[in-house]
Amino acid sequence: MEKSKFVIAVYVDNQAGVLTRVTGMFTRRGFNIDTVTGGETERSEYSRITIYMSGDDNVKEQMINQLRKLVVVKKVELLEEEAIKRELMLIKVKNDSVNRSEIMTAVDVFRASVIDYSPEGMCIEVTGNPSKIDAFVKLMEPFGILEMCRTGIVALDRGNITLFSKGK
Amino acid sequence: MKLNGAQILIQTLIEQGVSDVFGYPGGQVINIYDALYEYRDKINHVLTAHEQGAAHAADGYSRATGKVGVCIATSGPGATNLVTGIATAMLDSIPMVAITGNVPCSLIGKDSFQEIDITGVTLPITKHNYFVTDVNKLADTLREAFSLAKSGRPGPVLVDIPKDVQVASCEYERHAVVDKIPLPKVKQEYIERAAEMIKESQRPYVYIGGGAAGLGLGKEIVEFAGKIDGAIGCTFMGLSAVPQENERFLGMQGMHGHYASSMAQDEADLIIGLGVRFSDRATGNVAKFAKKSKIIQIDPDCAEINKNIRVDLGIVGDMRDAFKRIAMCCEKKSNPAWIARVNELKKQEEILEEEIAAASTVPLSPKQAFDIINELKPAKTVIATDVGQHQMWTAQYVKFDGPRRFASSGGLGTMGFGLGAAIGAYVATKDPVILITGDGSFGMNLNELATAVSYKIPLVIVLMNNGVLGMVRQWQTLFFGKRYSNTVLNRKTDFIALAKAFGAEGYRAETLVEFRRALTAALQDMKKGKTVLIDLRIDKDEMVLPMLPPGGAISDMITKV
Repeated sequence: MEKSKFVIAVYVDNQAGVLTRVTGMFTRRGFNIDTVTGGETERSEYSRITIYMSGDDNVKEQMINQLRKLVVVKKVELLEEEAIKRELMLIKVKNDSVNRSEIMTAVDVFRASVIDYSPEGMCIEVTGNPSKIDAFVKLMEPFGILEMCRTGIVALDRGNITLFSKGK
Repeated sequence: MKLNGAQILIQTLIEQGVSDVFGYPGGQVINIYDALYEYRDKINHVLTAHEQGAAHAADGYSRATGKVGVCIATSGPGATNLVTGIATAMLDSIPMVAITGNVPCSLIGKDSFQEIDITGVTLPITKHNYFVTDVNKLADTLREAFSLAKSGRPGPVLVDIPKDVQVASCEYERHAVVDKIPLPKVKQEYIERAAEMIKESQRPYVYIGGGAAGLGLGKEIVEFAGKIDGAIGCTFMGLSAVPQENERFLGMQGMHGHYASSMAQDEADLIIGLGVRFSDRATGNVAKFAKKSKIIQIDPDCAEINKNIRVDLGIVGDMRDAFKRIAMCCEKKSNPAWIARVNELKKQEEILEEEIAAASTVPLSPKQAFDIINELKPAKTVIATDVGQHQMWTAQYVKFDGPRRFASSGGLGTMGFGLGAAIGAYVATKDPVILITGDGSFGMNLNELATAVSYKIPLVIVLMNNGVLGMVRQWQTLFFGKRYSNTVLNRKTDFIALAKAFGAEGYRAETLVEFRRALTAALQDMKKGKTVLIDLRIDKDEMVLPMLPPGGAISDMITKV
């Protein structure tokens, strides 16, 4: 069976230890995850966990069903392939008077922004889908990346589809 | 009324219909034990020799009745001693609520004396667990724990209660026994698709698992198999679900399954799985499993569908209702060629069994011993086992007295499970209990003999003593060139003296005549409320056959050595 990348979004009870219960299951069942993010939602009683991973249809089905079994999980859905996916990265890059303008051009083209600056290190914030972030990292490599930090993917379906309106 | 947390715990247990609990006191559950003392006329506490024994007893209690088993342990080592018992219940989907005490909230996270993060430890081996920090939420948390334990696919739930929550007080109001969370009713289109597949089938095989064993559908399953003119086989966990004398029943399939059952499953064109999970011990090599067959799988757990084996039709929901509707929806069929083939397989199996018994070394073969057990055991006997060769022989040869008359660790394969489970089964049913064990397994938790004797548990222990760890040794014989690494016990234990030291009776048997005499005497002693051990000597080279080698296919079946 063919492997693909996909996003699963989960509403969980907003309480202590929930992330451990969810991520513990991944390890236990041998699922391979690219990124996991969690945060508050429009409903204060729930947090939303977004899982970005790859696998074939079997893996996809098992992942969703195993998530459904967790008591803290209230809703699980696979997002559409064309769902809006965004990731944020902070990246600290070496720079000097020679290459500074070249870096600034890249920042402009990627609609990124410089959020901290010193003559030795520049911190840039980039937002976009994961492939855009990957491309920016590649672009910065020759200048010397001092440090970087990525949030992992958050995603929403397009149009008026919501997680709670899906699968009904 | 205003009560403290410990009293609320016991009141809620009573409210939820709990009449017996198994446990062991300790520093962080003194308050709970004080409340147990207070309510001792309403709830019976069985003190085991070890917390593991308490967990297995709660498990055996549940297997014999379907009720939620309850065990109690203190923090730290008390709680970790429950772990194997909880995992055993998890792997076999046994409803259980485990209660642990913990250090007061102010000492949590400071590596205090006997502090362990037991909710962290048991995360992968419970359906869910709770750490209660507010006495006001204690009763509802316990009710939720009971509801979860018995709903859907049952399983163990742990509630960890810090000492200060046991001491704090609040208002308690009695509630009714919580209901099971109802499973969704299966859509009619699935029922019709199943019926259509059954209609097209000429070689149907009804495949019963642990999920179906507890439903008490034995009669309906037999009727259904008759209606569609199919064979019935089962997993290890499905044994005792269906009346075994039925001519369509072929017994357990899989690694040590009955020849006819495994072969029929391989030759079937439709497998109708009821509460089965296609474990590796049942399927062997998944790539070669049931290649000629379509598969229908009915289960309460959505994640069991397509987990190990891709099925053609997965049906998730209320299994009892779905099964009955499918049975109703099916037309009466006749598959004479299939039934003739199944009967032929049964004949081949008879010949094979005779060969296996003939190859057995004197003075007695395991099968002959089990023939005597079947002949002498009283009606309604619960058979408990440990894990190993004796367990597989039990699965192959014992004629069970109906559903919930068999308590054995299938999924986890827990050596040392049996004695605790046997005690639990007796406490639950007051019916006769026979534990079949081996000298390896028995050695693991034989301390519970003290419990059996002090509570006057009428129990016969048939210890199949071969002086070796027989099952591992069998693998060493077959797959490791007879390199018997650490499987020869070479112990000098006198089990009769041991039984007597604990206050139990003991008999030794080396021949069939002696075994018959010993078992007859033991069953008489049992009637007088005694715990009796029979040290039954068997040969160390006896093997469990047939055998599908691990990861093997049906064509790799070993029938003689």
